[in-house]
Amino acid sequence: MSYDFHAPTALAEALELAAAYGEDAHFMAGGTSLVLLMGQGLVRPGHVVGLRGLTELRGITKDADGTLRIGALVTHREAERSPEVRAHCTALGDTFGHVATVRIRNQATLGGNLVHADPAQDPPPMLLALDASLSVASRSGERSVALDGFFTDTFATALEPGEIVREIRVPPLATGARACYLKFLPRTADDYATVSVAAVASGGIVRVALGGVGPTPLRARAVERAIASGAAIGDAVAAVVDDIDPLDDGRGSAAYKRTMARVWTARALREVLG
Amino acid sequence: MSVHRIRFTLNGEPREVTASADRLLVDLLRDDLGATGTKKGCAVGVCGSCSVLVNGELVSACLYPVVYVDGAAVTTVEGLASPDGSLAPLQEAFIVHGGFQCGICTPGQLVAATALLAERPRPSERDISRWMMGNICRCTGYAGIRQAIRAAGGDRP
Repeated sequence: MSYDFHAPTALAEALELAAAYGEDAHFMAGGTSLVLLMGQGLVRPGHVVGLRGLTELRGITKDADGTLRIGALVTHREAERSPEVRAHCTALGDTFGHVATVRIRNQATLGGNLVHADPAQDPPPMLLALDASLSVASRSGERSVALDGFFTDTFATALEPGEIVREIRVPPLATGARACYLKFLPRTADDYATVSVAAVASGGIVRVALGGVGPTPLRARAVERAIASGAAIGDAVAAVVDDIDPLDDGRGSAAYKRTMARVWTARALREVLG
Repeated sequence: MSVHRIRFTLNGEPREVTASADRLLVDLLRDDLGATGTKKGCAVGVCGSCSVLVNGELVSACLYPVVYVDGAAVTTVEGLASPDGSLAPLQEAFIVHGGFQCGICTPGQLVAATALLAERPRPSERDISRWMMGNICRCTGYAGIRQAIRAAGGDRP
């Protein structure tokens, strides 16, 4: 690795640096992913723009309308322990606590997690099931991006060059809403789930999202439609095979993941609907 | 490659180094500062043998850029004993309760357990499991490590 490291102290400065260096620049938030990628020679930036000085991206707040806003530079450990996150949705706090080890959670940020876009990460399915959106900043302003559709492929997102995720927004849940995140981890060669399922039942609407079963984390829309049309859980989860496209890998064969997706989606639905 | 002047404390002692942008904390500690207690096991942040504290927070030194250490307080295994050389209660407990065999994971286990006990002085079994899961040991089967942490945590010996 050989690069120039820049440490802006404001978002505008970070965006200017990214614009100045274009494709030769890479942002570094916590650094857990980028250090590994650079060490393996998979990413070779000439310039690294460190984001840790952007304190404006570190807060967790709740809007008057009940929207939870988590700054992109909040670490997984901060989010896991945040009273605001837990009060909004206990399962969301637990989801952040599922990530890797406490060492990684102390260093890795939520924005970095989402932009890294590994399909087996824990936060994305839970945030998808919560219908989260992102505030994305660029030199031309700010735009809101639904998380559903943000992940375009493995390790790829809808971010344009020079854009930075500013914060994650989680809409309020209805009174009596239930949410859960189930992580099926039969093998621990690494900490990524073989299959993971997040389910949210809020105000009569049920959302289901899965990780580890396709090129991106995904909403299980066929399952959701079946539930909405009144199907029993056992019948609805049969439709999950229409939503997913798992690969054979060290975490399980594609066939095994399809079976496990059914089993764990049923368990998640029973937990939020039962 | 940019070069940066980094000021930090190592186990309470002020240090100033000049480091290239890509320098990692584990290499700075081991190769430049002679603090070889911290080990480089997997170099990908999984095994825990490089565990250190930065501002009291447990992190993997093999994933930690030196440029992020500016202004911080770094604690390694060398900093757990008192200045007069007397061992911390946790270190004594590791000896008494058989918390190590070959010793390669031990610095990481001690640093990780120090952080656990600072956050949760009387950890439950589940607390110990969840916190220490990232420190892998090939020798002990973990029972002695758990016993040492329980003992140092003020539990009945």
